[in-house]
Amino acid sequence: MPITIPLQQFKRDADHAVGLDQRRGYIRQALHGYEATRAQTESGYADWQQARVQAADIKWRAIENLDKHLEMFTEKLQSRGVKVFWASTGEDAVTYIRNVMREHNAKSIIKSKTMTSEEVHLNAALEADGYEVIESDLGEYIVQLRKEPPYHIVFPAMHLKRGEIKRTFSDHFSGVDTDDPEALTLIARSILRKKYLRADIGLSGANFGVAETGMISITENEGNARLATSMPRVHIALMGIEKIVPKLEDLALFLPMLATAGTGQHLTCYNTMLGGPRQPGELDGPEQMHVVLLDNGRTELLADPQQRDALRCIRCGACLNACPVFKNIGGFSYGTTYQGPIGSVITPHLRGLKDWAHLSSASSLCGACTETCPVRIDLHHHLLRNRRKAFEAGPGRIERLMFRAFSAVMTRPRLYRLAARFRGLPGWLPGFLHGTRLDPARAWRISRTLPETPAVTFKQYWRRRQR
Amino acid sequence: MSAKAHNDRDAILSRIRSALSHGTDQSVKAKTLTLEAGPPAPAETQRGPVAPKAITKAEKIDVFRRISDKLRTRVERVPDLDAAAELIRSIALEENWKRVGAHHDPMIERCVASTGAAACWTDDAEGYDPDTLESCDAGISTCEALIAGTGSVLVTCLGNGGRALSVLPPHHVVIARVDQLVPDLADGYRVLRDRYGSSLPSQITFITGPSRTGDIERILVLGAHGPKSLTVVLIDQEQATATS
Repeated sequence: MPITIPLQQFKRDADHAVGLDQRRGYIRQALHGYEATRAQTESGYADWQQARVQAADIKWRAIENLDKHLEMFTEKLQSRGVKVFWASTGEDAVTYIRNVMREHNAKSIIKSKTMTSEEVHLNAALEADGYEVIESDLGEYIVQLRKEPPYHIVFPAMHLKRGEIKRTFSDHFSGVDTDDPEALTLIARSILRKKYLRADIGLSGANFGVAETGMISITENEGNARLATSMPRVHIALMGIEKIVPKLEDLALFLPMLATAGTGQHLTCYNTMLGGPRQPGELDGPEQMHVVLLDNGRTELLADPQQRDALRCIRCGACLNACPVFKNIGGFSYGTTYQGPIGSVITPHLRGLKDWAHLSSASSLCGACTETCPVRIDLHHHLLRNRRKAFEAGPGRIERLMFRAFSAVMTRPRLYRLAARFRGLPGWLPGFLHGTRLDPARAWRISRTLPETPAVTFKQYWRRRQR
Repeated sequence: MSAKAHNDRDAILSRIRSALSHGTDQSVKAKTLTLEAGPPAPAETQRGPVAPKAITKAEKIDVFRRISDKLRTRVERVPDLDAAAELIRSIALEENWKRVGAHHDPMIERCVASTGAAACWTDDAEGYDPDTLESCDAGISTCEALIAGTGSVLVTCLGNGGRALSVLPPHHVVIARVDQLVPDLADGYRVLRDRYGSSLPSQITFITGPSRTGDIERILVLGAHGPKSLTVVLIDQEQATATS
């Protein structure tokens, strides 16, 4: 494939990440723990596989009628005074949010965890405007202080040990002399508590959008999303258009499944449905609520009759956890907002095939992702489809040459016999050149030994046998 | 500096319709809906797949208690409102409550009176001061329902004292009646539909245990931002006469 800049960066980052043995071991341990918890929770289901099929079916209905659902969703929200903004691109969404901040003379915005805001690079834009942007989710808060992106779409700080977090806190606050997780959490809690009460704007994502009743649904454990959507006088919700579910009762299936696949819990601590700002007769809540619906390439994915399957994703992160590639290269290697198998599948559609097809090749196609997906997206076959599309769009010159040479040799028996004479060539290379840039088999030899070259070809062996 | 943000509703809808004018590849879709062993699943096979569906009162209480135990939700069953008030009074003493958040439900008023603590009423006509609520040691509320199968407390901003009462103070105490126990989440939604019809409250939350995080080394820490403690006081009028 053509060597693009993202591909070069990916190779560098993945190489670097794979070399961090301690972190790899730590991540593997964490994911092993997740697997055990999840298996236990799944066993509590009457029939997890049936639940997956039912969830798959509901999500098909959701996206195959996406226009009608989004219209109903918007109408219901607007009937309760919510301002709904349809953003074609990330820039449109950011512009709208900046305008809301300006209209309200806001100084600060407190956010609950939303990967969609990462996707549109909201924080950088708002910080450039001079606003105080506060991440309230503990994991996001920590990586924000470290100026790192989230490591994982569900566990932003899973790569960090308590010592590193202690150091990050003590770099920013005085009097931090503990690495005890509970004490560190308490520090974050006490800092953030005041921020909830003082922030001008609260920004959340949405795990689901209920078309029938016009509500967003937020799944969390900490309570920061509830606080960020209750205390400030303005609430902005940023939601990808694919988050739609048709009916309120669909959540009775999805909330437990998202928890099970996402963290191995039966249900997360808080599942909140929000249908509007403070209504007449209500006691508190924001005076104003905005919902920003984000396209940003999702309609591109919808236009593909096979790969629109991937729009049914509920962003649980299970495919990341199951993926042997993710386990080893980690969440910083992908170079784009959405990591793991789902990220590899959708990023070419959201950000361009040429620059992002390489992620689909960083896979052994083991299918663990497909098996673990709660809504049964056929992830590994979509990776294959991306590979095929990338090749059809234009293979690299070297790749084309290699395949032409291969096809020439394989269709000419004499050439094949001649080539077979040189089968020992990689073994002729002097030992001190193995793995160096002069080694043609370098990509293989870097982590494996070459297989033994057979002394005779099959044809020779067969001929001898016949005599 | 002040760019106009273009509300692209029509363009986005048009792109969606154009995309959907090509039907989904049926082989792709069928694969996702077919279990390898056996026929395709019927439409409505299950609701709320967790925990066996608890139906009798005893089953519901038992399941709710067991799950609450794992979640670290404290559940106390009492025979009447007096006993509930007495229990609240003892908790208030133990935790040294100076001020509690609450709303004007007769059960709550009775319990608040017994604590001797100052009260921040979230439903007073003039409204309430968020800083005062933040300084409360506990928030006492009713609930819309208790979900047995998940160990959850269903609250709304309309029925249970507003959005902040059940999440801002560090200890959330729920005064509930045992007949509020329903089997699963779908039943919880039914309670809301029956009660509010088409005018559902603007905030609905299923609370499942005290606030928690595992963001640091996957170690469970309670009280991340929401309440560190959740106590459900379950008033069971029949308990006084029933055998334990």
